[in-house]
Amino acid sequence: MNQTHSDLLGRLNLDSLPITALIKNPGTNEIVANVAGLVMLVGVLVVLFILTKFRLWRPLWSDWLTSTDHKKIGIMYVVFGIMMLARGVIEGVVMRAQQAMGAGSGFLEPDHFAQLFSTHGTIMVFFVAVPFVLGYINFVMPLQIGARDVAFPVMNQISLGLTVAAGMILMVSLVVGEFSTGGWTAYPPYTGARFNPGVGPDYWIWAIVVSGVGTTLSGINFAVTIYKMRAPGMLLSRMPLFCWTVICSSILIIFAMPPLSVAALLLGADRYMDFHFFTNDLGGNMMNYANLFWLFGHPEVYLLVLPVYGMYSEIVSTYSAKRLYGYLSLVIATMSIAVLSFTVWLHHFFTMGQSALINAVFGIATMLIAIPTGVKVYDWMATMYRGRIRFNVPMIYLVGFLILFVIGGLTGVILASPTVDFQVHNTLFLVAHFHNVLIPGVLFGLLAGYNYWFPKAFGFRLNERLGKLTAYLWIVGFMITFLPLYVVGLMGMPRRSYSYTDTEFVPWLVLAFIGALMILSALLVFLEQLRVSIRDRDQNRVPFGDPWDARTLEWSISAPPPEYNFAIIPTVTKRDAFAEAKITGQAYGSDDAYEDIKLPKNTPVGIMLCVLSGVWMFALVWWIWWLVALVTALIFLLVIGWSFFVDNERVIPAAQVRQEHQAWLAKLKATPPVDRDKEFSPENLGYAKTELAGDA
Amino acid sequence: MSMRHRYRHPGLNLTDTPDEHLAKNETTIFGFWVFLMSDLIFFGLMFAIYITSIGATAGGPRPHELFDFTSLAIQTVLLLTSSLTVGFASLVLKFDAKSGNLIVWLLVTLLLGLGFLFFEIRDFIEIAAKGGVPSRSGYLSAFYGLVLLHGLHVAMGCLWLVVIMIQIQVFGLINVVTTRLIRFALFWHFLDLIWIGIFSVVFFGGLHFG
Repeated sequence: MNQTHSDLLGRLNLDSLPITALIKNPGTNEIVANVAGLVMLVGVLVVLFILTKFRLWRPLWSDWLTSTDHKKIGIMYVVFGIMMLARGVIEGVVMRAQQAMGAGSGFLEPDHFAQLFSTHGTIMVFFVAVPFVLGYINFVMPLQIGARDVAFPVMNQISLGLTVAAGMILMVSLVVGEFSTGGWTAYPPYTGARFNPGVGPDYWIWAIVVSGVGTTLSGINFAVTIYKMRAPGMLLSRMPLFCWTVICSSILIIFAMPPLSVAALLLGADRYMDFHFFTNDLGGNMMNYANLFWLFGHPEVYLLVLPVYGMYSEIVSTYSAKRLYGYLSLVIATMSIAVLSFTVWLHHFFTMGQSALINAVFGIATMLIAIPTGVKVYDWMATMYRGRIRFNVPMIYLVGFLILFVIGGLTGVILASPTVDFQVHNTLFLVAHFHNVLIPGVLFGLLAGYNYWFPKAFGFRLNERLGKLTAYLWIVGFMITFLPLYVVGLMGMPRRSYSYTDTEFVPWLVLAFIGALMILSALLVFLEQLRVSIRDRDQNRVPFGDPWDARTLEWSISAPPPEYNFAIIPTVTKRDAFAEAKITGQAYGSDDAYEDIKLPKNTPVGIMLCVLSGVWMFALVWWIWWLVALVTALIFLLVIGWSFFVDNERVIPAAQVRQEHQAWLAKLKATPPVDRDKEFSPENLGYAKTELAGDA
Repeated sequence: MSMRHRYRHPGLNLTDTPDEHLAKNETTIFGFWVFLMSDLIFFGLMFAIYITSIGATAGGPRPHELFDFTSLAIQTVLLLTSSLTVGFASLVLKFDAKSGNLIVWLLVTLLLGLGFLFFEIRDFIEIAAKGGVPSRSGYLSAFYGLVLLHGLHVAMGCLWLVVIMIQIQVFGLINVVTTRLIRFALFWHFLDLIWIGIFSVVFFGGLHFG
């Protein structure tokens, strides 16, 4: 990296582009880097072309980018997550290919390989799992508690804008300059200015800081929504379990994101202003970084996995046509995990020099987490017991999860023992472990939830056959990829190795590469399922909104839901309110209590902050100081100026709400309800002849 | 409506809020409390970093060579008094909003805040002149990190206060503006609390243990 810099462009110059490297030093490594950049540029051009050709700019702007509707913001989060997932998976396959090429060979240079595992980790955690989870929470939670929006709709839009801007700056790092080589944890002093003077760690720092602000604001938003905006009668003890997991997850966000922001900002202070928080010399202390990072890092795992547990709980109960077993124990288990998650961070660095006693305390605390998790696994199985189970796509993911997650959990208990950890730390055993909990634990749940809630969001069901194929490819692909890594890990292969000498690893790594190809094909079939489903949407419409004979309030309204969600805010008298209403025949009633509904107006503030913060990060990374100052001033002006728009609400008159709702009810009453045998036939318009009965 | 029902959020509740705003205000102000909680973690961690760095002076200047306690006493008086005046502003807002005293108390608060910043910046310049710059040692990095973080919060608070004062002139005391004022008061008291922590831990603690 050329370190000369000008006033106008900072340290940005021609050498920052990968094409320069290709011209100067042609080889496979540079070709891979250039192809990656090219694919991204082509992707951007294709999107721009489609938007222009089909004249989608105006609807994109007025229906989506400026919308404050929590449902649309949720969908945009998930679309962003899918985009980033594609990049993350491809990077994973390239890394598996590199290691499968055998001892001492391969096609990537060490630096490039290091960028790959750094971006792969950063993307998968911060720009796949987080946006996916936040997206689902955004879409589902307000509907489940009977609210018309989240507590702070504009702040919600800003959260999305900041997260997307940070993801985009990661994409930019593919084409301009290079990303960090310090892993997703970015430990100093390696990532400090002395050992890493280039732009890589700076890309990481600003992406983390900006997306961290976005996530924190989301956490505050969700917590306040649940505490203050539940429908009448929706006591905490009557909330769907998903909402319970969301409240725990929000609390984790509120308390656990600040340590990450502090860690990244202080690392930034070291790099930009010659501070000495984490340097080797002059009293810096990198252990502070390790503590800060994992003080965030461990709760982070649970803030991702808890909402997914909630989704599994909804799914298992719907597709078993049974009430969720052990609701109270699941709530207590969720809360226990949330609390315990703050007491275990040190197990991420058992080998970094603290006393045996401290290691033992944290090891035992870590093992304790297996207890509430075990309670949950038994509760889900007990829910299935003697239920009328339908093996729809989400249930396939659920069963895959139950089996594989237990294995992942057990290897976690193994790693929780400091003595064992000393043997296998920093090996592929660890890599296998955390993929084993995060893929079945988070990703499978997200894919299950995608199949489950998609009809609610878009008004038509997804193709079941391709959905099943995707699920099996993911499950088998996961096993073939990651179970061999346990073996090579135990054989002593260090993680993050671009090369190695022991030929005994080769067959296992080739196997893992085959598994990675299966995962890649799972991703492709997943996209194909979406394409086919959109093509066939007219045969799969579910306007009445309840295609799965489900239990919670979001299924009681049309699909897609009206922008105000509920024509009349429901009054809740029992847990699983919609199931209860269906059993007693009171669903789809109307007591004519329509009122004018106030909704927030559209505003461009979120998308403007998205663009400005994107430019701000880029300018900071490349030391373009005049631009940093300019954009900072613009951000202040925007926020202050926006605070002068005090008239932010628009009204939907009661007459319009009545007319829309009554028209929908009339159509529903004129349609015969369908039973579960016809779940996948075009006759399933989302009006379920319920199988639920008695106290179910 | 009963009195009990009207006290819907922690802190000062306005008594004449129209019913249509009650639920929204409750949500907004509760949300701000939650934000403060998250911000408090930020400060807590910076305190922790400072405490672990107290010995890490790396041969550079040590706390007792740097701090000017006269100036610190002035800063403390200014900031604590500003907390009192913002409290008066809140009381005026609740009981005597039409009297015009509100803007006076807010102006006094702003001046006290700016006075605090003036002395703090003067201190930083003096400390830097004695060789106390953040690039000198881990200790000084932690010192600047924490105290600057608080100073930046105060500066942001001053800016926010100016915006609110303009909005009072432009819009009058409409609901949006009064809830902003309530939230500003919470923020300002919060910064006072943090300052008490900084005074005790950073300055006295630094003197004692550094």
